[in-house]
Amino acid sequence: MSDTGITVPATAPPASASSAKANAPGRWSRFFHWMVEANVVMVTALAIFSGLFVGAILIIATQANVLHAWSLLFSHPGTTVSVTFFTVGDAYRDLFTGSLGDPFVIGHAISTGHGLGQAFTPISETLLYASPLCVAGLAVGLGFRTGMFNIGGQGQLIAGAMAASYVGFEIDPPAIIHVPLCILAGFAGGAVAGFIPGFLKARTGAHEVIVTIMLNYVFLDLLVLALTTQPFQQPHQANAVGRTIFGSAELPRIFGQNLRVNVGVFIAIACALGVSWLLRRGTLGFGFRVVGANQDAAKVAGINVRQATILVLVISGGLAGLAGMISLCGSDYFLSAGYGGTVGFDCITVALLGRNRPIGIVLGSLLFAALNVGGRYMQASTGIPLDLASVIQAIIVFFVATPGLVNEVYRLRGMNVGQGLLTRGWAA
Amino acid sequence: MKLELSGITKTFGSLVADDHVDLTVEPGEIHALLGENGAGKTTLMNVLFGLMHPDSGDIALDGEVVHFPDPGAAVRHGIGMVHQHFMLVPVFTVAENVVLGFEPTRHFGLLDRRRARADIHRISQEFGLEVDPDALVEDLPVGVQQRVEILKALSRDAQLLILDEPTSVLTPNETEALFGIMRSLVASGRSILFITHKLKEVLAVADRITVMRAGAVIGTTTSHATTESELASMMVGRSVELVVQKEPARPGEVVLAVEDLTVEDGRGLTVVNHVSFEVRSGEILALAGVQGNGQTEIEEVLCGLIEVTAGRITLLGRDITRATPKARLRAGIAHVPEDRIRDGLVTSMTIADNLILDVFDVAPHARFGARNLREVARSAKEKLSDFDIRASSVDVLVSTLSGGNQQKVIVARELSRPTTLLVAAQPTRGLDVGSIEYVHRRIVEERDRGAAVVIISSELDEVLALGDRIAVIYRGAIMDVVDPSVGREAIGLLMAGVTGDGAAPAPTSVGTGQ
Repeated sequence: MSDTGITVPATAPPASASSAKANAPGRWSRFFHWMVEANVVMVTALAIFSGLFVGAILIIATQANVLHAWSLLFSHPGTTVSVTFFTVGDAYRDLFTGSLGDPFVIGHAISTGHGLGQAFTPISETLLYASPLCVAGLAVGLGFRTGMFNIGGQGQLIAGAMAASYVGFEIDPPAIIHVPLCILAGFAGGAVAGFIPGFLKARTGAHEVIVTIMLNYVFLDLLVLALTTQPFQQPHQANAVGRTIFGSAELPRIFGQNLRVNVGVFIAIACALGVSWLLRRGTLGFGFRVVGANQDAAKVAGINVRQATILVLVISGGLAGLAGMISLCGSDYFLSAGYGGTVGFDCITVALLGRNRPIGIVLGSLLFAALNVGGRYMQASTGIPLDLASVIQAIIVFFVATPGLVNEVYRLRGMNVGQGLLTRGWAA
Repeated sequence: MKLELSGITKTFGSLVADDHVDLTVEPGEIHALLGENGAGKTTLMNVLFGLMHPDSGDIALDGEVVHFPDPGAAVRHGIGMVHQHFMLVPVFTVAENVVLGFEPTRHFGLLDRRRARADIHRISQEFGLEVDPDALVEDLPVGVQQRVEILKALSRDAQLLILDEPTSVLTPNETEALFGIMRSLVASGRSILFITHKLKEVLAVADRITVMRAGAVIGTTTSHATTESELASMMVGRSVELVVQKEPARPGEVVLAVEDLTVEDGRGLTVVNHVSFEVRSGEILALAGVQGNGQTEIEEVLCGLIEVTAGRITLLGRDITRATPKARLRAGIAHVPEDRIRDGLVTSMTIADNLILDVFDVAPHARFGARNLREVARSAKEKLSDFDIRASSVDVLVSTLSGGNQQKVIVARELSRPTTLLVAAQPTRGLDVGSIEYVHRRIVEERDRGAAVVIISSELDEVLALGDRIAVIYRGAIMDVVDPSVGREAIGLLMAGVTGDGAAPAPTSVGTGQ
């Protein structure tokens, strides 16, 4: 409609140069503005709360002792309430201490200087789990922000891990050279895997969603093939197990040998800063965004759409490959069939959780990792299955991805929840 | 049916879209609602059609106050609306679209296609709305799609028809046909509310005219008692130059030379057929023609968006036939594309970003691959005031701007680079009077600065007002290059493919009209 009546009213002549500076929003004020406007903090907090709430109901509904207590609702209501309360409470306490550590144990360890390793193990494990997830999430988020749906995280991650492992076991220079070489190899491996759908899209218009998904299978099977042949297969092994990388290729641990957390964390942070810079300040990223938002206008403005299409997927794939390298050189040290597990898909969830913004993806990967690591501890100590943690994750993502629903459920009146549009349509 | 709106007020936050608007539409009249973009016309119609609820005020039909909680209620009361952007399902047939939502059914809820078709036939006959009920909507030209919308409203027994900017997508012929339909509708006792900002059309078809500005009714008059310039000044609030003021052209060296240009489309059909022309610095060549006769392709070829099948394009003697769009931009071609939303802007980005869309990666906007956001914002603020773009800040998304201001963003961007050749396609389509005046003035200024200008337009008024020479294109070939003084009829005939001596249209290659 030509005049909706809400178009910008004819204001006074634009601000003069003198007041221009005062009006220029700083980075922080803009960030703050974004948070308030898109109402991200509120929606995310409520989404997490909702996930935990539904999780509590599931605990009540699935744990035999709680169900038994509920059968006593009328005869011993006190028992019902206390059993329910303690079971749910214990589960969530374990979820928390299993992922971040027990505050009392940590406090004791710090004051006495004993058992530091044990006290910090949970948080170390969470960071270890989060690092590759974060980098892979950035790969997906970068794609989403530039209109490119890279669903091939899994395949690119495998390609990166394979390249890194080859460099890791084939040569043995000092760590100072070996680790950077592995990083480069990981990025390059993923970049090659990303180049394929990028090239096909730029040349033939093949939709990247189809191509990347199909390439996931290609790389999964390529990995199995490699692991059953030389040079990837572990010598004297009949199984599909890869050769172990040299110690010099391992990512150095940050806090000594007892805690597995390694410099992969720094790589993840560097990637987050890099992607953030690229999208905000880089000319390359600006071109990507224009192409993602409107290809026709990009073409008219003289931007090379094909080149941008290929480059986005090369960088995105490279990041996914880097994620594979981080888990390979940081904690696994050798390849196995189906390497990477669900990280290649979890990273899509993480990107959605973080609303495709680097800072959000960092936080999203931490939350995701904490729920996973803590969930395992919860399973071990209370017998509540890990699947419950997965359900909680799923519900949180569900609510984050549907801000309108959160708005509806919690009646956030006057809140601008619809603004933080997650992704554009699936159309190329 | 007599419609009375009294004291309608609608606000959006602090913005008053409609301020105590009174409007009366008599039975059997065409009532034009005239106003610039953002004057509150569409908001008023949305209130009338039940899409929005007024903060205060009453709607009365035949003296009875009514309330429309939703469009369905408005339809039941005999109000029909044809939106500017059609609400049709492209893959459905005409008949299916017309009955959509009010499907005649047989037993077991089966769609009664025969009755649907018969209904359409009856209404078509009655009002001279020729449409094939079985054609797919996506295959129909825009003008016919609009007829389907009108049919849809009539099939719901609309007594008052609201037409929102109905002519903005139509060719002159289609517009004439629409006016005929409108006249036959009011002859049957129905009334029409015709929303527009085109003065000529208002005077041609409307019985009474209500002018709105900034949410308020400025006045109501009849088409006999007023003139174009009076209406224009009522709309804009100041006197407006309806005629472009320009000195005679002082052509210099040849800037653009197109030689024997042939373009085939994806299906191998020749859409531009051996076209040759030259444009000199300091002159405006207007390419006139009915939409779809190859001028869009000429525009795209000049800017490097599609490939040439045969022929040569030179800019200041340099062959640019195969140059990339970027190389052409750098060589000084400024381009105002025909479809500004699709080709000219990234509406989900800010004004500042859109103002540098083609120079984002060069100094001073960027250095070593890093954008200089401060410089981007500074230069954007400068252009905001230089080009009179009305927006609260440069960080506003372009999608929130009115059409006129969006076009000004494009013009500002394109004319900020050193311009040797300006290619502007339909530069004022859908713009209000004030913006048209502004864009025209800018184009003439560019000419006077020494740029060569190619205007591609299907609006005869624009072609006549701007062109120093007019090349008329028909079926991909240039019929003739004429002086604007030959008049509307002669050019109109050429646009229809009729040459001066009445001979059959033949492709002509024409050099510069020096």
